[in-house]
Amino acid sequence: MIELEGLTKRYGEKVAVNNLTFTVRPGIVTGFLGPNGAGKSTTMRMMLGLDRPTAGDVRIDGQHYDRLKDPLKYIGALLDAQAMHGGRSAFNHLLCLAQSNGIPRARVDEVLDTVGLTAVARKKAKGFSLGMGQRLGIAGALLGDPRILMFDEPVNGLDPEGIHWIRNLMKTLASQGRTVFVSSHLMSEMALTADHLVVIGQGRLLADTSMAEFIRRNSRSYVRVRSPQRERLLDVLKGAGITVVQTGSGALEVDDGQPERIGELAAQHQLVLHELSPQQASLEEAFMRLTAESVEYHAHTEAPGPGLAAVPPVSPVPPVPPAGTDPAPRWGGDWKKG
Amino acid sequence: MAATQVLRSEWTKIRSVASTVWTLSLATLVTVALGLLISIVSNNEFDNMSRNDRLTFDPTFISFAGMTLGQLAMIVFGVLVVGNEYSTGMIRTSLSAVPQRGTFLFSKVAVAAALALAVGMITSFVTFFVGQAALGTHRASISDPGVLRAVIGGGLYMTLITVFSMGVAAMLRSPMLSLGILMPFFFLISNILGAVSATKKVGRYLPDQAGSRILRVVTPLDDTPYGPWGGLGIMLLWVAAALIGGYALLKKRDA
Repeated sequence: MIELEGLTKRYGEKVAVNNLTFTVRPGIVTGFLGPNGAGKSTTMRMMLGLDRPTAGDVRIDGQHYDRLKDPLKYIGALLDAQAMHGGRSAFNHLLCLAQSNGIPRARVDEVLDTVGLTAVARKKAKGFSLGMGQRLGIAGALLGDPRILMFDEPVNGLDPEGIHWIRNLMKTLASQGRTVFVSSHLMSEMALTADHLVVIGQGRLLADTSMAEFIRRNSRSYVRVRSPQRERLLDVLKGAGITVVQTGSGALEVDDGQPERIGELAAQHQLVLHELSPQQASLEEAFMRLTAESVEYHAHTEAPGPGLAAVPPVSPVPPVPPAGTDPAPRWGGDWKKG
Repeated sequence: MAATQVLRSEWTKIRSVASTVWTLSLATLVTVALGLLISIVSNNEFDNMSRNDRLTFDPTFISFAGMTLGQLAMIVFGVLVVGNEYSTGMIRTSLSAVPQRGTFLFSKVAVAAALALAVGMITSFVTFFVGQAALGTHRASISDPGVLRAVIGGGLYMTLITVFSMGVAAMLRSPMLSLGILMPFFFLISNILGAVSATKKVGRYLPDQAGSRILRVVTPLDDTPYGPWGGLGIMLLWVAAALIGGYALLKKRDA
């Protein structure tokens, strides 16, 4: 278990992490989500005692990190796969870590086998591919057989096979009752692995909720209806007590609507429909809306750049924001002014 | 956290990188080879020397002449042992494994210093005997008064210059910056300050100038206010200051 209480980090005037309070629990994968520059890595470094908090406190199983005897046996972390001496072999890299925490030498071979690096154990780490480096970093995290594991952006730059492997590893570790805390800036990645979500933006806590709850609150499902007899259809639906939202493109949107009922109503009144389709807003969209306020580096361009093009068009009705946060303005509302 | 665990870990780190082998072997090779060369030249030129130079001729110190260059390889060794933690990012992994920063730094220093002492002593004895063999009739014997002290002092000097470099690297964190300051300082600036009469009085308190006093058997005709051990003591103070500075900054800074 990792407990954060009012954790704050300031660099001069800039607040990187702002009064974070949450608990990471065992037995589940907790996703730590936020846009780039949100303070995820700084928070993780403070958890490991690498950076000193300006205020607040973080405890690992009730203790400060530097009070842990042989910390690798409590918590294993992959912060940055490059954080190793490239001239050292994979085996020696793990051996020096194992020795510092009184972990037997045989365990080094075990974790090398677990991550599938046995064949290159005696090779220098600087010759490793990104994926192999990531695996070596994970081997280091698993070395002390810790109850808590922490991964900072573990799938970054990995091929599909590597991504699949890491996802399964995290799920397996959690199912063994361990605490698994993993950061990402991709909602879609988290949706596949995490059971619980902690979302931050500009260092502030935006959401601390179960994945199921986040999906329930944020994935708006609706039925899109288009008809040449739009006004009549509107009257019919309103008459039936169905709330309808009109969009700029001339389509109608019915939140949580049942397509069967809408179709039957239209048939009863002999209305022509050009479209009747159930829609689901993506989690990525919900995440972007949630963090829109706090994105630090907006792309201030006249024409939407590649980054903006990737964002699905924003529906006129914002979803219900999670409890404890202000309704965020529409994503992209800002760049238009710039 | 048992210190023996961390010592063992630091030993694994130091022996598993190539830079350890090439810096230390270069230090020995350069010191011995250059010492031999200058001993041969001195032996040949002895009859052409002034009366004064002949009277203060110090065969022991002559054989150590290669140390001015050999020490640079020791400096590179010391800087890389500490600085590579930072330049490779290994420091974050290391401090996650050993969050007690004092234990981490001083274990690293202890292991590297022990290795430097072993290499320094071997280098010092080898360079002495090789040098004396080349000095022919002008040679000194290890049993002459003060000679054994100077030869052991040579090993201590090389160890202390290594540890001093480690302290500086711990403060500066970048190996390039550390080498960029230490190399010209010990190769040029210190010698210039020690040679120019205006700065001589200050220059002789610099770590290498003071420390190298122990390499001399014959006291030169100057007014240096400290003896061989006093000089080494001054060097030791510099080393302590560098280590305390390195520790204080490591303790305070974010990794």
